[in-house]
Amino acid sequence: MTHFLEPNRIPIFQIGDCLLLTIQVDLEDRMIMTLKDDLAERIAKTHAKGVLIDISALDVVDSFIGRMLANISAIARILDASTVIVGMRPAVAITLVELGMSLQGVRTALDVDRGMELIRRGAAEEAARLHEA
Amino acid sequence: MPDSSGSKLPALLSRYQDRILTDWIAAQSDVGVLRADLMREAEIRRQSRSFLTHLTAATKNGVNFDIESDQWQDVRDMLTEVTNYRVDHGFTPTETATFILALKQPIFECLRDQYKDDPQTLVDEAWSATVLLDKLGLYTNDIYLRGREDIIQRQQQEMLELSTPVVQLWDRIVALPLIGTLDSSRAQIVMENLLEAVVESKAEIVIIDITGVPTVDTLVAQHLLKTAAAAKLMGAECIISGIRPQIAQTIVHLGVELPQVATKADLQSAFAHALKRTGVTFTGH
Repeated sequence: MTHFLEPNRIPIFQIGDCLLLTIQVDLEDRMIMTLKDDLAERIAKTHAKGVLIDISALDVVDSFIGRMLANISAIARILDASTVIVGMRPAVAITLVELGMSLQGVRTALDVDRGMELIRRGAAEEAARLHEA
Repeated sequence: MPDSSGSKLPALLSRYQDRILTDWIAAQSDVGVLRADLMREAEIRRQSRSFLTHLTAATKNGVNFDIESDQWQDVRDMLTEVTNYRVDHGFTPTETATFILALKQPIFECLRDQYKDDPQTLVDEAWSATVLLDKLGLYTNDIYLRGREDIIQRQQQEMLELSTPVVQLWDRIVALPLIGTLDSSRAQIVMENLLEAVVESKAEIVIIDITGVPTVDTLVAQHLLKTAAAAKLMGAECIISGIRPQIAQTIVHLGVELPQVATKADLQSAFAHALKRTGVTFTGH
Protein backbone atom coordinates (compact mmCIF):
# COMPACT_ATOMS: atom_id res chain seq x y z
CA MET A 1 0.00 0.00 0.00
CA THR A 2 1.38 3.44 -0.90
CA HIS A 3 2.49 5.69 1.90
CA PHE A 4 0.00 8.48 1.40
CA LEU A 5 -2.95 6.16 1.90
CA GLU A 6 -3.90 5.38 5.41
CA PRO A 7 -3.44 1.72 6.16
CA ASN A 8 -6.62 -0.33 6.62
CA ARG A 9 -8.63 2.13 4.61
CA ILE A 10 -10.13 1.49 1.20
CA PRO A 11 -9.79 4.46 -1.17
CA ILE A 12 -12.96 5.83 -2.76
CA PHE A 13 -12.72 7.44 -6.21
CA GLN A 14 -15.18 9.84 -7.73
CA ILE A 15 -16.10 9.60 -11.42
CA GLY A 16 -18.73 12.16 -12.39
CA ASP A 17 -21.58 11.59 -10.01
CA CYS A 18 -20.49 8.04 -9.25
CA LEU A 19 -18.30 6.76 -6.45
CA LEU A 20 -16.05 3.82 -7.24
CA LEU A 21 -14.26 1.64 -4.76
CA THR A 22 -12.35 -1.53 -5.46
CA ILE A 23 -11.65 -3.95 -2.67
CA GLN A 24 -8.21 -5.34 -3.42
CA VAL A 25 -7.21 -6.75 -0.06
CA ASP A 26 -8.57 -9.36 2.30
CA LEU A 27 -11.32 -7.58 4.15
CA GLU A 28 -11.08 -7.43 7.90
CA ASP A 29 -14.22 -6.74 9.85
CA ARG A 30 -13.00 -3.36 11.05
CA MET A 31 -12.04 -2.24 7.55
CA ILE A 32 -15.52 -2.70 6.19
CA MET A 33 -16.98 -0.84 9.19
CA THR A 34 -14.64 2.09 8.42
CA LEU A 35 -15.59 1.83 4.76
CA LYS A 36 -19.28 2.04 5.65
CA ASP A 37 -18.73 5.29 7.61
CA ASP A 38 -16.43 6.80 4.95
CA LEU A 39 -18.83 6.01 2.17
CA ALA A 40 -21.85 7.51 3.93
CA GLU A 41 -19.86 10.73 4.49
CA ARG A 42 -18.70 10.84 0.87
CA ILE A 43 -22.16 10.28 -0.59
CA ALA A 44 -23.58 13.09 1.52
CA LYS A 45 -20.71 15.43 0.63
CA THR A 46 -20.56 14.76 -3.14
CA HIS A 47 -24.29 14.17 -3.76
CA ALA A 48 -23.29 11.04 -5.66
CA LYS A 49 -26.05 9.24 -7.55
CA GLY A 50 -24.36 5.88 -7.78
CA VAL A 51 -21.90 3.70 -5.89
CA LEU A 52 -19.91 0.97 -7.61
CA ILE A 53 -18.29 -1.63 -5.38
CA ASP A 54 -15.85 -3.84 -7.27
CA ILE A 55 -15.21 -7.09 -5.44
CA SER A 56 -13.56 -8.99 -8.30
CA ALA A 57 -10.37 -9.43 -6.26
CA LEU A 58 -12.19 -11.05 -3.34
CA ASP A 59 -11.75 -14.80 -2.94
CA VAL A 60 -13.78 -15.15 0.21
CA VAL A 61 -16.92 -13.41 1.36
CA ASP A 62 -18.31 -14.50 4.72
CA SER A 63 -21.77 -13.82 6.08
CA PHE A 64 -20.60 -10.70 7.94
CA ILE A 65 -19.17 -9.08 4.82
CA GLY A 66 -22.29 -10.10 2.89
CA ARG A 67 -24.48 -8.42 5.48
CA MET A 68 -22.31 -5.29 5.51
CA LEU A 69 -22.54 -5.04 1.72
CA ALA A 70 -26.33 -5.20 2.00
CA ASN A 71 -26.21 -2.56 4.77
CA ILE A 72 -24.02 -0.25 2.73
CA SER A 73 -26.45 -0.55 -0.16
CA ALA A 74 -29.41 0.27 2.13
CA ILE A 75 -27.63 3.31 3.61
CA ALA A 76 -26.72 4.58 0.14
CA ARG A 77 -30.33 4.19 -0.99
CA ILE A 78 -31.53 6.37 1.88
CA LEU A 79 -28.98 8.98 0.79
CA ASP A 80 -30.46 8.68 -2.74
CA ALA A 81 -27.61 6.79 -4.36
CA SER A 82 -28.03 3.40 -5.99
CA THR A 83 -25.41 0.76 -5.29
CA VAL A 84 -24.16 -1.82 -7.76
CA ILE A 85 -21.83 -4.63 -6.71
CA VAL A 86 -19.68 -5.75 -9.60
CA GLY A 87 -17.33 -8.59 -10.44
CA MET A 88 -18.43 -11.22 -7.97
CA ARG A 89 -16.62 -14.49 -8.64
CA PRO A 90 -18.53 -17.76 -9.15
CA ALA A 91 -17.10 -19.32 -5.99
CA VAL A 92 -18.14 -16.30 -3.93
CA ALA A 93 -21.63 -16.32 -5.43
CA ILE A 94 -22.04 -20.03 -4.67
CA THR A 95 -20.88 -19.51 -1.08
CA LEU A 96 -23.30 -16.65 -0.50
CA VAL A 97 -26.21 -18.63 -1.93
CA GLU A 98 -25.27 -21.65 0.20
CA LEU A 99 -25.22 -19.34 3.22
CA GLY A 100 -28.75 -18.35 2.27
CA MET A 101 -27.81 -14.74 1.52
CA SER A 102 -29.11 -13.48 -1.78
CA LEU A 103 -28.35 -9.80 -0.97
CA GLN A 104 -31.96 -8.72 -1.40
CA GLY A 105 -32.25 -5.22 -2.80
CA VAL A 106 -28.64 -5.07 -3.96
CA ARG A 107 -28.05 -4.72 -7.66
CA THR A 108 -25.23 -6.61 -9.31
CA ALA A 109 -23.35 -6.45 -12.60
CA LEU A 110 -20.58 -8.39 -14.30
CA ASP A 111 -17.97 -5.63 -14.44
CA VAL A 112 -17.45 -1.91 -13.78
CA ASP A 113 -18.57 -0.99 -17.33
CA ARG A 114 -21.89 -2.78 -17.01
CA GLY A 115 -22.35 -1.44 -13.50
CA MET A 116 -21.86 2.11 -14.71
CA GLU A 117 -24.36 1.49 -17.51
CA LEU A 118 -26.86 0.19 -14.96
CA ILE A 119 -26.51 3.31 -12.83
CA ARG A 120 -26.89 5.64 -15.82
CA ARG A 121 -29.93 3.74 -17.08
CA GLY A 122 -31.42 3.87 -13.58
CA ALA A 123 -30.86 7.64 -13.40
CA ALA A 124 -32.42 8.13 -16.85
CA GLU A 125 -35.51 6.12 -15.87
CA GLU A 126 -35.80 8.13 -12.70
CA ALA A 127 -35.62 11.38 -14.66
CA ALA A 128 -38.24 10.16 -17.12
CA ARG A 129 -40.57 9.21 -14.29
CA LEU A 130 -40.18 12.61 -12.62
CA HIS A 131 -40.78 14.28 -15.96
CA GLU A 132 -44.02 12.38 -16.47
CA ALA A 133 -45.34 13.11 -13.00
CA MET B 1 -9.98 -76.11 8.48
CA PRO B 2 -7.79 -79.17 7.75
CA ASP B 3 -4.21 -79.37 8.90
CA SER B 4 -2.19 -77.89 6.07
CA SER B 5 1.27 -79.00 7.06
CA GLY B 6 0.92 -82.63 6.00
CA SER B 7 -1.08 -81.99 2.86
CA LYS B 8 -0.48 -84.44 0.05
CA LEU B 9 -1.86 -82.00 -2.52
CA PRO B 10 1.48 -80.54 -3.70
CA ALA B 11 2.98 -83.96 -4.34
CA LEU B 12 -0.18 -85.04 -6.15
CA LEU B 13 -0.18 -81.92 -8.33
CA SER B 14 3.37 -82.40 -9.55
CA ARG B 15 2.98 -86.14 -10.01
CA TYR B 16 -0.21 -86.07 -12.10
CA GLN B 17 0.28 -82.68 -13.78
CA ASP B 18 -0.30 -83.82 -17.37
CA ARG B 19 -3.26 -86.01 -16.55
CA ILE B 20 -4.92 -83.29 -14.48
CA LEU B 21 -4.44 -80.79 -17.28
CA THR B 22 -6.03 -83.01 -19.90
CA ASP B 23 -8.94 -83.97 -17.63
CA TRP B 24 -9.42 -80.37 -16.55
CA ILE B 25 -9.80 -79.08 -20.09
CA ALA B 26 -12.21 -81.95 -20.80
CA ALA B 27 -14.18 -81.02 -17.65
CA GLN B 28 -14.38 -77.38 -18.74
CA SER B 29 -15.75 -78.58 -22.03
CA ASP B 30 -18.30 -80.83 -20.26
CA VAL B 31 -19.77 -78.04 -18.09
CA GLY B 32 -19.90 -75.76 -21.10
CA VAL B 33 -17.50 -73.04 -19.98
CA LEU B 34 -14.96 -73.67 -22.69
CA ARG B 35 -16.73 -71.20 -25.00
CA ALA B 36 -14.83 -72.00 -28.18
CA ASP B 37 -16.84 -69.15 -29.72
CA LEU B 38 -15.17 -66.62 -27.43
CA MET B 39 -11.57 -67.85 -27.20
CA ARG B 40 -9.28 -70.26 -29.03
CA GLU B 41 -8.46 -73.64 -27.56
CA ALA B 42 -4.73 -72.96 -27.68
CA GLU B 43 -5.30 -69.97 -25.40
CA ILE B 44 -7.40 -72.05 -22.97
CA ARG B 45 -4.69 -74.69 -22.90
CA ARG B 46 -2.02 -72.05 -22.26
CA GLN B 47 -4.00 -70.42 -19.43
CA SER B 48 -4.84 -73.78 -17.83
CA ARG B 49 -1.24 -74.99 -17.96
CA SER B 50 0.07 -71.71 -16.62
CA PHE B 51 -2.40 -71.83 -13.71
CA LEU B 52 -1.42 -75.41 -12.79
CA THR B 53 2.26 -74.50 -12.85
CA HIS B 54 1.70 -71.53 -10.58
CA LEU B 55 -0.55 -73.54 -8.26
CA THR B 56 2.10 -76.24 -7.93
CA ALA B 57 4.75 -73.62 -7.20
CA ALA B 58 2.57 -71.87 -4.62
CA THR B 59 1.85 -75.09 -2.68
CA LYS B 60 5.42 -76.41 -2.94
CA ASN B 61 6.23 -75.71 0.72
CA GLY B 62 2.90 -76.80 2.19
CA VAL B 63 -0.62 -75.55 1.57
CA ASN B 64 -1.33 -72.10 2.98
CA PHE B 65 -5.05 -71.34 2.89
CA ASP B 66 -4.58 -67.58 3.15
CA ILE B 67 -4.59 -66.74 -0.54
CA GLU B 68 -3.86 -63.07 0.24
CA SER B 69 -0.36 -64.01 1.46
CA ASP B 70 2.89 -63.45 -0.48
CA GLN B 71 3.16 -67.09 -1.40
CA TRP B 72 0.08 -66.73 -3.62
CA GLN B 73 1.25 -63.54 -5.37
CA ASP B 74 1.99 -65.29 -8.69
CA VAL B 75 -1.30 -67.19 -8.66
CA ARG B 76 -3.21 -63.99 -7.93
CA ASP B 77 -1.47 -62.14 -10.77
CA MET B 78 -2.19 -65.04 -13.06
CA LEU B 79 -5.88 -65.13 -12.06
CA THR B 80 -6.19 -61.37 -12.53
CA GLU B 81 -4.80 -61.72 -16.04
CA VAL B 82 -7.07 -64.66 -16.87
CA THR B 83 -10.15 -62.91 -15.47
CA ASN B 84 -9.48 -59.64 -17.28
CA TYR B 85 -8.98 -61.57 -20.50
CA ARG B 86 -12.36 -63.22 -19.99
CA VAL B 87 -14.09 -59.94 -19.08
CA ASP B 88 -12.79 -58.48 -22.33
CA HIS B 89 -14.00 -61.48 -24.31
CA GLY B 90 -17.54 -61.46 -22.94
CA PHE B 91 -17.48 -64.34 -20.44
CA THR B 92 -20.01 -64.26 -17.61
CA PRO B 93 -18.83 -64.23 -13.95
CA THR B 94 -20.07 -67.83 -13.55
CA GLU B 95 -18.13 -69.01 -16.57
CA THR B 96 -15.02 -67.28 -15.24
CA ALA B 97 -15.29 -68.85 -11.78
CA THR B 98 -16.13 -72.28 -13.20
CA PHE B 99 -12.77 -72.23 -14.99
CA ILE B 100 -11.22 -72.80 -11.54
CA LEU B 101 -14.02 -74.89 -10.03
CA ALA B 102 -13.88 -77.39 -12.90
CA LEU B 103 -10.42 -78.32 -11.65
CA LYS B 104 -12.00 -80.15 -8.69
CA GLN B 105 -13.10 -83.18 -10.66
CA PRO B 106 -9.68 -84.17 -12.10
CA ILE B 107 -8.00 -83.58 -8.74
CA PHE B 108 -10.60 -85.67 -6.91
CA GLU B 109 -10.13 -88.48 -9.41
CA CYS B 110 -6.36 -88.47 -8.91
CA LEU B 111 -6.91 -88.45 -5.14
CA ARG B 112 -9.23 -91.44 -5.40
CA ASP B 113 -6.70 -93.41 -7.46
CA GLN B 114 -3.93 -92.57 -5.03
CA TYR B 115 -5.77 -93.10 -1.71
CA LYS B 116 -8.49 -95.66 -2.46
CA ASP B 117 -7.38 -97.69 0.59
CA ASP B 118 -7.16 -94.73 2.99
CA PRO B 119 -10.58 -93.04 3.23
CA GLN B 120 -9.44 -90.75 6.08
CA THR B 121 -6.69 -89.13 3.97
CA LEU B 122 -8.90 -89.11 0.91
CA VAL B 123 -11.60 -87.04 2.65
CA ASP B 124 -9.06 -84.70 4.27
CA GLU B 125 -7.30 -84.04 0.98
CA ALA B 126 -10.56 -83.60 -0.92
CA TRP B 127 -11.64 -81.08 1.68
CA SER B 128 -8.37 -79.08 1.44
CA ALA B 129 -8.61 -79.03 -2.34
CA THR B 130 -12.24 -77.87 -2.14
CA VAL B 131 -11.46 -75.05 0.29
CA LEU B 132 -8.54 -73.87 -1.81
CA LEU B 133 -10.29 -73.98 -5.18
CA ASP B 134 -13.44 -72.32 -3.81
CA LYS B 135 -11.34 -69.45 -2.50
CA LEU B 136 -9.56 -69.05 -5.82
CA GLY B 137 -12.89 -69.22 -7.68
CA LEU B 138 -14.36 -66.50 -5.48
CA TYR B 139 -11.21 -64.46 -6.01
CA THR B 140 -11.85 -64.40 -9.77
CA ASN B 141 -15.38 -63.24 -9.00
CA ASP B 142 -14.00 -60.30 -7.00
CA ILE B 143 -11.65 -59.35 -9.81
CA TYR B 144 -14.50 -59.60 -12.30
CA LEU B 145 -16.74 -57.29 -10.27
CA ARG B 146 -13.93 -54.82 -9.67
CA GLY B 147 -13.32 -54.64 -13.41
CA ARG B 148 -17.01 -53.95 -14.02
CA GLU B 149 -17.12 -51.28 -11.33
CA ASP B 150 -14.11 -49.49 -12.80
CA ILE B 151 -15.87 -49.36 -16.15
CA ILE B 152 -19.10 -48.05 -14.63
CA GLN B 153 -17.26 -45.38 -12.68
CA ARG B 154 -15.34 -44.24 -15.73
CA GLN B 155 -18.50 -44.01 -17.79
CA GLN B 156 -20.23 -42.05 -15.04
CA GLN B 157 -17.37 -39.55 -15.00
CA GLU B 158 -17.40 -39.24 -18.78
CA MET B 159 -21.15 -38.65 -18.80
CA LEU B 160 -20.82 -35.91 -16.20
CA GLU B 161 -18.21 -34.17 -18.31
CA LEU B 162 -20.24 -34.52 -21.48
CA SER B 163 -23.55 -33.47 -20.09
CA THR B 164 -23.17 -29.78 -19.33
CA PRO B 165 -22.33 -27.83 -22.48
CA VAL B 166 -22.76 -24.08 -22.45
CA VAL B 167 -23.86 -22.59 -25.77
CA GLN B 168 -23.41 -18.97 -26.74
CA LEU B 169 -26.62 -17.90 -28.48
CA TRP B 170 -25.97 -14.20 -28.96
CA ASP B 171 -23.82 -11.41 -27.67
CA ARG B 172 -24.39 -11.47 -23.86
CA ILE B 173 -26.79 -14.45 -24.07
CA VAL B 174 -25.78 -18.04 -23.28
CA ALA B 175 -27.88 -21.19 -23.01
CA LEU B 176 -27.37 -24.39 -21.07
CA PRO B 177 -29.46 -27.25 -22.44
CA LEU B 178 -29.81 -29.95 -19.80
CA ILE B 179 -30.52 -33.55 -20.72
CA GLY B 180 -31.12 -36.40 -18.31
CA THR B 181 -31.74 -36.72 -14.62
CA LEU B 182 -30.35 -34.01 -12.37
CA ASP B 183 -28.91 -35.41 -9.15
CA SER B 184 -27.02 -33.32 -6.63
CA SER B 185 -23.52 -34.02 -7.97
CA ARG B 186 -24.62 -33.14 -11.48
CA ALA B 187 -26.51 -30.07 -10.32
CA GLN B 188 -23.32 -28.91 -8.61
CA ILE B 189 -21.30 -29.29 -11.83
CA VAL B 190 -24.05 -27.55 -13.79
CA MET B 191 -23.93 -24.62 -11.38
CA GLU B 192 -20.15 -24.29 -11.52
CA ASN B 193 -19.99 -24.60 -15.32
CA LEU B 194 -22.73 -22.06 -15.77
CA LEU B 195 -21.16 -19.46 -13.49
CA GLU B 196 -17.76 -19.93 -15.13
CA ALA B 197 -19.42 -19.46 -18.52
CA VAL B 198 -21.03 -16.25 -17.30
CA VAL B 199 -17.60 -14.87 -16.42
CA GLU B 200 -15.95 -16.09 -19.60
CA SER B 201 -18.55 -14.94 -22.09
CA LYS B 202 -19.62 -11.88 -20.09
CA ALA B 203 -23.20 -13.07 -20.41
CA GLU B 204 -26.01 -10.97 -19.06
CA ILE B 205 -28.69 -13.58 -19.61
CA VAL B 206 -28.45 -17.31 -19.05
CA ILE B 207 -31.15 -19.63 -20.39
CA ILE B 208 -31.36 -22.97 -18.61
CA ASP B 209 -33.32 -25.24 -20.90
CA ILE B 210 -34.74 -28.30 -19.16
CA THR B 211 -36.63 -29.81 -22.10
CA GLY B 212 -34.55 -32.97 -21.71
CA VAL B 213 -35.02 -33.33 -17.98
CA PRO B 214 -37.65 -36.00 -17.35
CA THR B 215 -38.49 -35.21 -13.73
CA VAL B 216 -38.16 -32.22 -11.49
CA ASP B 217 -38.46 -32.79 -7.75
CA THR B 218 -38.03 -30.33 -4.90
CA LEU B 219 -34.28 -30.93 -4.74
CA VAL B 220 -33.76 -30.21 -8.42
CA ALA B 221 -36.00 -27.14 -8.23
CA GLN B 222 -33.96 -25.94 -5.28
CA HIS B 223 -30.70 -26.43 -7.20
CA LEU B 224 -32.08 -24.49 -10.15
CA LEU B 225 -33.11 -21.67 -7.83
CA LYS B 226 -29.67 -21.62 -6.18
CA THR B 227 -28.05 -21.43 -9.59
CA ALA B 228 -30.33 -18.57 -10.55
CA ALA B 229 -29.59 -16.74 -7.29
CA ALA B 230 -25.82 -17.17 -7.71
CA ALA B 231 -26.00 -15.93 -11.31
CA LYS B 232 -28.01 -12.96 -10.07
CA LEU B 233 -25.30 -12.11 -7.55
CA MET B 234 -22.78 -12.00 -10.36
CA GLY B 235 -24.99 -9.69 -12.36
CA ALA B 236 -26.59 -12.11 -14.79
CA GLU B 237 -30.26 -12.98 -15.18
CA CYS B 238 -31.54 -16.54 -15.36
CA ILE B 239 -34.40 -17.77 -17.49
CA ILE B 240 -35.65 -21.34 -17.15
CA SER B 241 -37.22 -22.71 -20.31
CA GLY B 242 -38.63 -25.98 -21.57
CA ILE B 243 -40.77 -26.68 -18.54
CA ARG B 244 -43.20 -29.34 -19.70
CA PRO B 245 -46.85 -29.11 -18.66
CA GLN B 246 -46.42 -32.18 -16.47
CA ILE B 247 -43.42 -30.65 -14.70
CA ALA B 248 -45.24 -27.33 -14.24
CA GLN B 249 -47.99 -29.27 -12.49
CA THR B 250 -45.50 -31.10 -10.32
CA ILE B 251 -43.81 -27.85 -9.30
CA VAL B 252 -47.14 -26.36 -8.27
CA HIS B 253 -48.09 -29.56 -6.43
CA LEU B 254 -44.81 -29.53 -4.54
CA GLY B 255 -45.41 -25.93 -3.52
CA VAL B 256 -42.09 -24.78 -4.94
CA GLU B 257 -42.06 -21.15 -5.87
CA LEU B 258 -39.76 -19.70 -8.49
CA PRO B 259 -39.46 -16.07 -7.50
CA GLN B 260 -37.13 -13.76 -9.45
CA VAL B 261 -36.65 -16.38 -12.15
CA ALA B 262 -38.39 -15.92 -15.47
CA THR B 263 -39.88 -19.18 -16.74
CA LYS B 264 -40.82 -19.88 -20.34
CA ALA B 265 -42.50 -22.80 -22.04
CA ASP B 266 -39.83 -23.27 -24.69
CA LEU B 267 -36.38 -22.12 -25.72
CA GLN B 268 -37.82 -19.94 -28.47
CA SER B 269 -39.79 -17.71 -26.14
CA ALA B 270 -36.90 -17.60 -23.68
CA PHE B 271 -34.57 -16.44 -26.45
CA ALA B 272 -37.06 -13.83 -27.62
CA HIS B 273 -37.36 -12.56 -24.06
CA ALA B 274 -33.57 -12.46 -23.71
CA LEU B 275 -33.14 -10.50 -26.94
CA LYS B 276 -35.71 -7.98 -25.76
CA ARG B 277 -33.98 -7.62 -22.40
CA THR B 278 -30.60 -6.95 -23.99
CA GLY B 279 -32.17 -4.45 -26.37
CA VAL B 280 -31.61 -6.34 -29.63
CA THR B 281 -34.14 -5.53 -32.36
CA PHE B 282 -34.45 -6.86 -35.87
CA THR B 283 -35.47 -4.98 -38.98
CA GLY B 284 -36.72 -6.39 -42.29
CA HIS B 285 -37.68 -10.00 -42.84
